[in-house]
Amino acid sequence: MRILQGIAVSSGIAIGPCWIYRPAEVRMERRTIDDPTSELCRLENAVDEGRQQLSTLHSRAITSIGAEDAAIFEAHQLFLDDPEFIGAMRSSIQNNHINAEAAVAEVSEIFANQMLALEDEYFQARAQDIRDVSRRILYCLNGITLDQFILKQPSIILADDLTPSDTMQFERKMILGLCTRRGGPTSHTAILARSLAVPAAVNVPFELSTLNDGTDVILDGSTGTLTCDPGKEELAVSRQNQAKWNNTWKSQLSSAGNPAQTRDGRVVEIVANIGGVEDARQAVEFGAEGVGLLRTEFLYLDFGRLPTEEEQAAIYREIFQVMGSRPVVVRTLDIGGDKQVDYLDLQQESNPFLGWRAIRMMREHPDMLLTQMRALLKAASPENDLRIMVPMVSCLEEVLQARELFNEAKESLRRENLLTAEQTQFGIMVEIPSAALIIEHLTELVDFFSIGTNDLTQYTLAVDRTNERVAYLASPFHPAVLQLIARTIQKAHEIGKWVGLCGEMAGDPLATPLLLGLGLDEFSMAPSSIPAVKALIRKLDAEECKQVAELALRQPSITKVQNVLDGWHSRLS
Amino acid sequence: MQSSDIIVTHSVGLHARPAAEFVKTAGKFPCNITVCNLTTAGKSVNAKSILSVLTLGIQQGHIVHIETDGEQETEALKALKDLIENNFGEGS
Repeated sequence: MRILQGIAVSSGIAIGPCWIYRPAEVRMERRTIDDPTSELCRLENAVDEGRQQLSTLHSRAITSIGAEDAAIFEAHQLFLDDPEFIGAMRSSIQNNHINAEAAVAEVSEIFANQMLALEDEYFQARAQDIRDVSRRILYCLNGITLDQFILKQPSIILADDLTPSDTMQFERKMILGLCTRRGGPTSHTAILARSLAVPAAVNVPFELSTLNDGTDVILDGSTGTLTCDPGKEELAVSRQNQAKWNNTWKSQLSSAGNPAQTRDGRVVEIVANIGGVEDARQAVEFGAEGVGLLRTEFLYLDFGRLPTEEEQAAIYREIFQVMGSRPVVVRTLDIGGDKQVDYLDLQQESNPFLGWRAIRMMREHPDMLLTQMRALLKAASPENDLRIMVPMVSCLEEVLQARELFNEAKESLRRENLLTAEQTQFGIMVEIPSAALIIEHLTELVDFFSIGTNDLTQYTLAVDRTNERVAYLASPFHPAVLQLIARTIQKAHEIGKWVGLCGEMAGDPLATPLLLGLGLDEFSMAPSSIPAVKALIRKLDAEECKQVAELALRQPSITKVQNVLDGWHSRLS
Repeated sequence: MQSSDIIVTHSVGLHARPAAEFVKTAGKFPCNITVCNLTTAGKSVNAKSILSVLTLGIQQGHIVHIETDGEQETEALKALKDLIENNFGEGS
């Protein structure tokens, strides 16, 4: 038995035969040919065949994943109808007297490179599409049909990597789980697996050559592990876990729409961290009572230039419409030298996380923040409940300036008769220890606080959480981090301001009783964590949690804190 | 030859579905059709080619210049103009 650890991207447990996706090899030699006419004819037939495949796949995808996601096959069909793209292949065969395969491959690379040169995520994805379509034509030229995707039994699909169209060529009912050697949490496989609701893990270090088709494997999409050659005992245990997981998920999901109320009647708000309109829909489905963190960086990365007020407003409006009267907390631009955004004048810094980023850009570019705030306020209807927060605050002056911009944004819109929002709040993120330590001087200036525990941990403990060698030190359960969280909540409550928390800690069941005991008002987490956390809160007693929190705050180390919480959890179940 | 300058109001500009609709509409006519992005002052490209249209990077608020030349040039220009002005059938 071998257990391989990857990255968990879609929860659930799959047990069953594995099926290894080995993309067919295409002979790719460049030959000089005498008769361009017959090569042109081969190309024509291959393109026709490709069109038929895509049409089949398109109708299949509409039923399995819906029209919106299926549109990719329609787009690919348009590529095959593109007179410039296919025309360039034809000319290449005619003028260079080369075989169709070489012409397809060369022309596709030229077009893909043109897209790549545009340095925008949108065009990077189109470059992938071009290569994907090119491969389809090459397959058709070599008589390789869709048969390679026909599975005889429901299987766990293992692959080096999967392209968007690869994944959708499999019939939904044949996919037990997806597991790839490459890819990250935001890779295509990850996103698709979540929308198909199949367990998945990426970045799993398996060797394709050591695995045989049809042998049983266990894929745990909640922990990101793949178990190869499991023993009988392991299989039996996993089957039990699977049944338990499925039942729990079903019952948690069915009650996810109900409030999170403790046994003794305390109600807290459970909201979602999202990055776009798709997430917003999923969040509502999983029982989110609002959004506790809308990340807005994608807007600035996608456009390849500063998005205008109108462009931003259009996208915010879509999200607000999905959320209706539920509160939406939006974090203004949080970007820095770790990302490359040419037009923002971000320079390579030796310490990007301590550098010119997030709210710190406001001093030189107040207009940028003003535009974003105006776009947000403009997009909100009277029904919406918009709450804007600024990230990475370290001192009073930043809050003063940001608040002033917020007021100015509202005032200017009001003058222009463009302000329809009726409920708005202004808040700051508490993610730098200095902010937590001067919180009593900030409370008057804001309507709320949101604690970002990922960064608060990183800055309190001086640990770069992306550095694998020191990442083990980065725990929000460190007593120093807990003191800062406790202090923030206490001081804010003294003056009647509410406090949320939007780091990974908010979705960690181990932390739930602790945070509840500290008096946290709002928990913001990944949509898929919501049903479980809500179910847990309903089992808790707020008064008891207070005692747990007090005990945890007295502990001297991460381990001791975790022991206290573990002990509490085991008594609970 | 006929031509027209039109402002694109769709929130995604001429990408994704709007781009597809645009190219499909252009493809229905026998005449030559070119399009260029006046806002970024880029080159003119074949309006029937999805890949070429995408590389124009046409965003919301950009103005495009469309030229039709040949059989059914009037109908083609009108169809493309209507498509853009009716916000690709999505309402405004």
